[in-house]
Amino acid sequence: MEVFSFLADGIFLALQPVNLALILIGVTVGLFIGAMPGLGSVNGVAILLPITFLVPPASAIIFLAAIYYGAMYGGAISSVTLGIPGASTAVATTFDGRPLALQGRASLALVTAALASFVGGTVATVFFTLFAPLLASVALNFGPPEIFALMLLAFATFVGLGGDDIPKTIFSICFGLVLATVGFDTISGAPRLVLFDIQGFIRGIGFIVLAIGVYGIGEMLWTIEQTRGEITTTNPKMTAKGLASDAKEAVQRGWKGTWIGSILGFFVGVLPAAGATPGSLMSYGVAKIISKTPHEYGNGSPDGVAAPEAANNSASTGAMLPMLTLGIPGSPTTAILLGGMVIWGLTPGPRLFLDESEFVWGLIGSFYVSNVAAVLINLAFIPLFVWMLRMPFTILAPLIFVLSIIGGFAASRSMHDLWMIVIFGLGAFFLRKFDYPLAPAVLAIVLGPIAEPTLRQSLLLSSGDPSIFFIRPIAGPITVIAIILILLPALKLLRRNGRVS
Amino acid sequence: MRQGEISLVGVLALFSIYLMWKSAELPIGYIPGQGPGGGFWPFWLSLGMLLSCVRIAWNWSRGKSPASASDQPLMDAFGWRTVMLVGGGVVGFVALVPIVSMYGAVCLFMLYYLRFLGRHSWPLTLGLALMLPFALFFFFEGAMQISMPQGLPFTQPFFDLMYDIIY
Repeated sequence: MEVFSFLADGIFLALQPVNLALILIGVTVGLFIGAMPGLGSVNGVAILLPITFLVPPASAIIFLAAIYYGAMYGGAISSVTLGIPGASTAVATTFDGRPLALQGRASLALVTAALASFVGGTVATVFFTLFAPLLASVALNFGPPEIFALMLLAFATFVGLGGDDIPKTIFSICFGLVLATVGFDTISGAPRLVLFDIQGFIRGIGFIVLAIGVYGIGEMLWTIEQTRGEITTTNPKMTAKGLASDAKEAVQRGWKGTWIGSILGFFVGVLPAAGATPGSLMSYGVAKIISKTPHEYGNGSPDGVAAPEAANNSASTGAMLPMLTLGIPGSPTTAILLGGMVIWGLTPGPRLFLDESEFVWGLIGSFYVSNVAAVLINLAFIPLFVWMLRMPFTILAPLIFVLSIIGGFAASRSMHDLWMIVIFGLGAFFLRKFDYPLAPAVLAIVLGPIAEPTLRQSLLLSSGDPSIFFIRPIAGPITVIAIILILLPALKLLRRNGRVS
Repeated sequence: MRQGEISLVGVLALFSIYLMWKSAELPIGYIPGQGPGGGFWPFWLSLGMLLSCVRIAWNWSRGKSPASASDQPLMDAFGWRTVMLVGGGVVGFVALVPIVSMYGAVCLFMLYYLRFLGRHSWPLTLGLALMLPFALFFFFEGAMQISMPQGLPFTQPFFDLMYDIIY
């Protein structure tokens, strides 16, 4: 009961006029920053951090958390309307959000994303309220072998995303993972894979470079070439009645993905070093695996939008947990929030809940209020985002190219990366012509920097014995499930081939 | 399509071998006391890429993939023309950034695409091509405080004027 009393105080604090105004501004700013390709919550939080010194610490963290929430909602907007995942957390949203937009159901995709995000955020906040200290101690038991097993599980779920051509899917995964190793060896510090000795590669290849190249340039070229210049833009009409009908359909067709994403996303988000991206990818994969209609995934399934969106919001709240209770940031954004807390004179760690209970419960209360504010503001702006899709394609296409290039530069500040975006875009166009699935490569470049160091640290712990992934109580079952999932499509294919012959 | 697929597999296989060779500049095996070497992860993944290429080529030889069973050309003249004009436009856009600044390149690219590819009217073309760079300038330089490339020195008076407005 004590928890509910603290929570009521926290919500009351979040509803104070100053804090409420900060939540509304933060969510709106975050929504638009998140919707811009190349910019994400980390940019918004980093840029607006100095402003927070003008208000008390509790209001400051509420403001930053509201930006974080808004940006998580906003990530889906560019995935659906432009087909470019603006942040790694929204990659999986593109798989079904973009096909829905191309079918003239952009409003359904955006409403599904908003509602799923709301449920994901709320479920995670409830878990956070009830089990914060317990979950933090469980998360501490996740060492390198467990995190690597989790990454293996994430890869396993997206072996099935690449369609039937397994060699091409495996090529795509390996390619993405190799690209992630370009730059420096993070353990020895030695330069590694500086391709053709071009110095620009020393900085590595960021996820956003490959994602913008593949989705912003390659996919657009493919669409223009396939439709032979006669692109029929969708003509979605937005009315209050239409929005209500989409909301009803989103609930009916996206509830399963929403619940999978909400629960799985939170538990993956809680783990240090995992975060919202693996959470959203795994939720998409799991939702597809257990769906009765997996063939609808990738062709515009509301469940395929709901699962990653619920998961990335849920995981964002989950990622706050190790930050507050252990002082371990689970994502770049929470790392900046952690920095802010230290500057405000707060010490994250197990004693924070005791020593600064007003601050902590004010923050938890603001999660609830921010979530409600974010879903209402997001729904209010959906007609504006859908209106963008009513533009003639010959106006929309150059706008997408411009946003891709300028967003790519904003993310990396390097001309080398701009050229890489163009090269990846042209390469992706030709690979797509020959049915190479490119989503696994984009996902692999995101997860590679987590997977490699944890694999190497695990093998160092076991003196090179790979059985470490099987004998530890948490890593073992996860590894076995991952291996079964990897082998499942191959076995299905063999069985089908056997039947055909 | 059939010839294109095997040519692409050949290029990708060569690239995989290059990546294996490049990865081997760092140790690719297990170093006692230090764990797997720096080249371990990329080397074995590049080998995975190469083996995938071998399997794709095997499937091609048996006509298993749609492209390997197709006698159609990769693209017809219209397709090539479209890709050259649009893809070439994007390449030109990026090439212009260090010369006329990011905002200048946005303006010229919009002008090219809207007027010459989209066949839109001059008022619409000029309106969008001139307004978009200003909007992007205020968003990136003003609100987000992210500086974009400013091109050669001749663009400086424009930037001096714009910075006077936002600061």
